Amino acid sequence: MSNAVVDRDTESRADEVKRLERREGWKRRIPILPALLFTIVVTQIPFLFTLFYSLTEWRLDTPEPREFIGLDNYTSLPDDKFFRDAAWISVQMTVMAVLFSLIVGTLLAILLDRKFFGQGFVRTLLITPFLVMPVVAGFMWKTQMFSATFGVINWVINLFGFESVEFATRYPLASVVVVLVWQWSPFMMLIVLAGLQGQDTSVLEAARVDGATTFGIFRQITFPQLRPFLELGTLLGAIYLIQVYDHIEVIVGGQPGAKNLPFYIAQRSIGGGNRFGLASAYSIVMVIAAIIIANIGLRVLSNLLKDDS
Amino acid sequence: MAVFTRAPKAEPILGQNRVVAHLLALLTWIIGLLFFFPLFWLTLNGFKEESVANSSPVLFFDPTLDRFSEVTESTTGLLSFTEAFGNSFWIVLISTVLVMALAVPAAYALAIRPMRKWRDVLFFFISTKFLPIVGAIMPLWIIARDLDLLGTRTVLVILYTAMNLPLAVWMLRSFFAEVPKELIEAAQIDGCSLIGQIRQVIMPIVAPGLAATALLCVIFAWNEFFLAVQLNPVGASTIPVWVNSQQKFQGQFLAGLSAASVLATLPVVLAGWIAQKRMIRGLAMGAIK
Repeated sequence: MSNAVVDRDTESRADEVKRLERREGWKRRIPILPALLFTIVVTQIPFLFTLFYSLTEWRLDTPEPREFIGLDNYTSLPDDKFFRDAAWISVQMTVMAVLFSLIVGTLLAILLDRKFFGQGFVRTLLITPFLVMPVVAGFMWKTQMFSATFGVINWVINLFGFESVEFATRYPLASVVVVLVWQWSPFMMLIVLAGLQGQDTSVLEAARVDGATTFGIFRQITFPQLRPFLELGTLLGAIYLIQVYDHIEVIVGGQPGAKNLPFYIAQRSIGGGNRFGLASAYSIVMVIAAIIIANIGLRVLSNLLKDDS
Repeated sequence: MAVFTRAPKAEPILGQNRVVAHLLALLTWIIGLLFFFPLFWLTLNGFKEESVANSSPVLFFDPTLDRFSEVTESTTGLLSFTEAFGNSFWIVLISTVLVMALAVPAAYALAIRPMRKWRDVLFFFISTKFLPIVGAIMPLWIIARDLDLLGTRTVLVILYTAMNLPLAVWMLRSFFAEVPKELIEAAQIDGCSLIGQIRQVIMPIVAPGLAATALLCVIFAWNEFFLAVQLNPVGASTIPVWVNSQQKFQGQFLAGLSAASVLATLPVVLAGWIAQKRMIRGLAMGAIK
């Protein structure tokens, strides 16, 4: 009997604690809610619409008939040459741009990670390309660097006695990648630099005293410490570079050869193609690819966050 | 800041040898200048006559400011440079203010008074950046059309706010997390109110981080082109859309558009130069610290 009373007592106290905790929990959550709701409404709900559109045959010509056709848009994709081309361009462009900017950025970071005259100034020069408006970067490279008639690169090529090349039309994909690498190497450089300069210098000192070579130190101490930074750079770079649109619009425009998925999707829907159903299916495929990349990336990030609490 | 200043004893990875060190410094300078060269050339072209710019590259010429005044005074077309600049200015300003108003409370809650599963919330925010915008562009276009928002500044304000919000929460959380818990506890023990804690303890520490985050939002919004050209391609549009349209429709445009490009790029380049260290630290440390 008395036992039961005690039980009830602790029970109600536990309830009380739970209630207070819940109240405290809500107090802590409320500041997050506006940002969370805004993000969900503006960025997540439209995806559900896209998913729905992708199951329909919907050309946005008057009077906009929309017909539910199930997965037909998706089953037609493997035979859709334009889609396959755009997807392949997307893969090549993203992989090349991320890889090359990571390599160039790391080399630049290693060069900058030393005291020399004008270090801060040179770092400022090097990060500037990342700040430049992509449309301006594209215009500038196309008309003033790549151009066969006015371009500086061709002027140099002519100096060595070679023929001018209209780079943007002859090598559209490579031209876009060059500009992307020019803009993204500085970003990678800054991330790697943050990693290099956060190194524990006493460990480096100790390794040196023990007679380790420069290369040995880099491979066995610096590189493992840099890894999270390289992974972070790859992840952030991939998120942005898979979505490249501006550079393609300006450098290549409507010509074939460097149209990636975002460009092609926009062209087939809003940009005059009006095939909202089919283009939505393209989008969903791209989103799934991005989710796969993101999942790998998020696992990396969650490893990074583990030590932090 | 601390990230970029290393202990004085630290040795660089490459080269202990003095000659090698000088050569590497020289190499770094050359690469730095090469990276900057296209922008230098763009600026130079902005000071040329069209006939000089539209010819084989020359380094020496009579500089003129005419292109700059032509660009800023021109009112031709659906959208003039000054109009586009004004549109960009207001869209970027309002969206950045909104981002900060939404992100600061969220970041504060995530860093200083975290609830259970705060990591999941942070991940949700950042994961919205993984979904390509192109996956949402058609519904956004349809919704904007049905709400009569196509071609307005409002639609870009809303979307730029959404675009920058995850990044701002991500960065701000790391800046808030740097506020020592002991300081806040001490203020609480002294009977400091929540507002007082925020004003006297937290703000002085995170203010530079707030500024850097806001500047990064400004840079991304100022440079954004895809949403602008899809949802607001003409009258009320922004600088990137103007630059792109000029490139297509003008004949002799190289010098004039170079001058305009310099004016269009300068605000964010300056902002980036000022905030470079903190910005990247906020981005990198958001994940690592």
